Amino acid sequence: MPKLPAVPIPPRFLPQPPPPGTQRGRPRTPLEKGAEAGKSAVDWIDERTSLSGGVRWALFRKVPKGTNWFYTLGSATMIAFLNQAVTGVFLAMYYRPDAGGGAYESVRYITNDVFLGQFVRGMHKWGSSVMVILVFLHMGRTFFFGAYKYPRELNWVIGVVLLILTMTMSFTGYLLPFDQRSYWATIVGVNINGTGPLLGPYLSDFLRGGPEFSATTLSRFYSIHMLLVPGAIAAMIGAHLYLVAKLGTTAPPWLRAKPEPELVEEQL
Amino acid sequence: MAPTRRPSKSKYTADRGVPGAFEGETVTRRRFMTGTAHGAGALATMGFALPALAFAIGPIFNNDTLGWQTIGTPDMFPDDNYIPAVIVIAPGIGEAGNSTVYIRARNASIDTTPPTQFNRWIAISTRCAHLGCPVRWVPASERFICPCHGGVYDLQGVRVGGPPPRPLDRFFTRLHDGYVQVGARYSVNSELRAFSPRDPGEPLDGIGQYLYPSRPSVRI
Repeated sequence: MPKLPAVPIPPRFLPQPPPPGTQRGRPRTPLEKGAEAGKSAVDWIDERTSLSGGVRWALFRKVPKGTNWFYTLGSATMIAFLNQAVTGVFLAMYYRPDAGGGAYESVRYITNDVFLGQFVRGMHKWGSSVMVILVFLHMGRTFFFGAYKYPRELNWVIGVVLLILTMTMSFTGYLLPFDQRSYWATIVGVNINGTGPLLGPYLSDFLRGGPEFSATTLSRFYSIHMLLVPGAIAAMIGAHLYLVAKLGTTAPPWLRAKPEPELVEEQL
Repeated sequence: MAPTRRPSKSKYTADRGVPGAFEGETVTRRRFMTGTAHGAGALATMGFALPALAFAIGPIFNNDTLGWQTIGTPDMFPDDNYIPAVIVIAPGIGEAGNSTVYIRARNASIDTTPPTQFNRWIAISTRCAHLGCPVRWVPASERFICPCHGGVYDLQGVRVGGPPPRPLDRFFTRLHDGYVQVGARYSVNSELRAFSPRDPGEPLDGIGQYLYPSRPSVRI
């Protein structure tokens, strides 16, 4: 097991020897005492979890030369997802999945009456488009930089699953305002799902919760949108990030980086 | 050279020299415990997963027929033009559960399907056979026109243009106590032969009726 790289702490932040005549290891000024309290709290947790090793493993990695702004698209996508998660949780505090008119009324209430409601709803609405765009940019970066190649194929597959889950979020979220556009777009979207041969009709029935768009359809979409898929996305992001930390990132193709000799397959 | 045969192992743990083996024992205790733990875990998981899954897909097998809905009297409907009527297709959600149906009296010079007690009035669904948008009857051109993707149907509801894969769906109609009533929906192929109701986008000509099976709970 190779040694993990040391944390690059600038020298002036390293612990200084105490001035002569003071007791060793005792905090002196109130600032030092405060710092000690924070350190001892972190130490208390670290002694019981050994988290610091994992944090160092995940964050203090070697990155290849030539790493540039294109490498931030994945993090940007994750921030967009976190934005959707946080604003979504707060929208759920006001939203009512009631197909008899309550859903539309609650969205109208959020937009017109709740303090900052229009702003938070706007963040969720436009953030979803931002997330979809970022997912595709991130995918394009990975493709054009060849970052999907061995040994990162599984991370590409997980990324495709995340793309499908993001699309599912967009599809189910589109119904929730329950206006004319939502209603008819969902009718069309469910019927597009139904055009798959043999299994398509059953998929439509599952999405609608029956042969017709009914009272259960909206609550079913709401449950998929805010419980089922976000959990799956969070788990998949965890797996995605684990593999990024484990395998490291790739150098941009224009550097023509040579792989380690032991990783090169022998040419026959 | 023929592959050498592996010496067959005894099924008794005592013969195989497993430490602590009993006389006549064939499954080691370690293996039994592993199997029991896995089996108990699988049983516990199925205990909540199967009911939850059945709960989620249960509505697919429901057959909530809404019965016959009265829409008017026989003299309201001419045999050369459509009159719209509103029926309920999903109860309990107000206007979102309503749908428009276009109705005219059967016209023997146009309608070639054999007359029965259920097609004395022709009731055409407004659900476009392409992807389910609401079609509109335009009397001047005698066409049903879909606003979404340009599907066009003639007086019979048969596609004359655009992407729809089959004619517009129809409803059974009947005369009951002097009133015209609308019943269950059914789908038709391009020769107006009746099939169990299908969703939009599913063709019924040729192999289509087998590629897009009807739901088991709703058959005509």
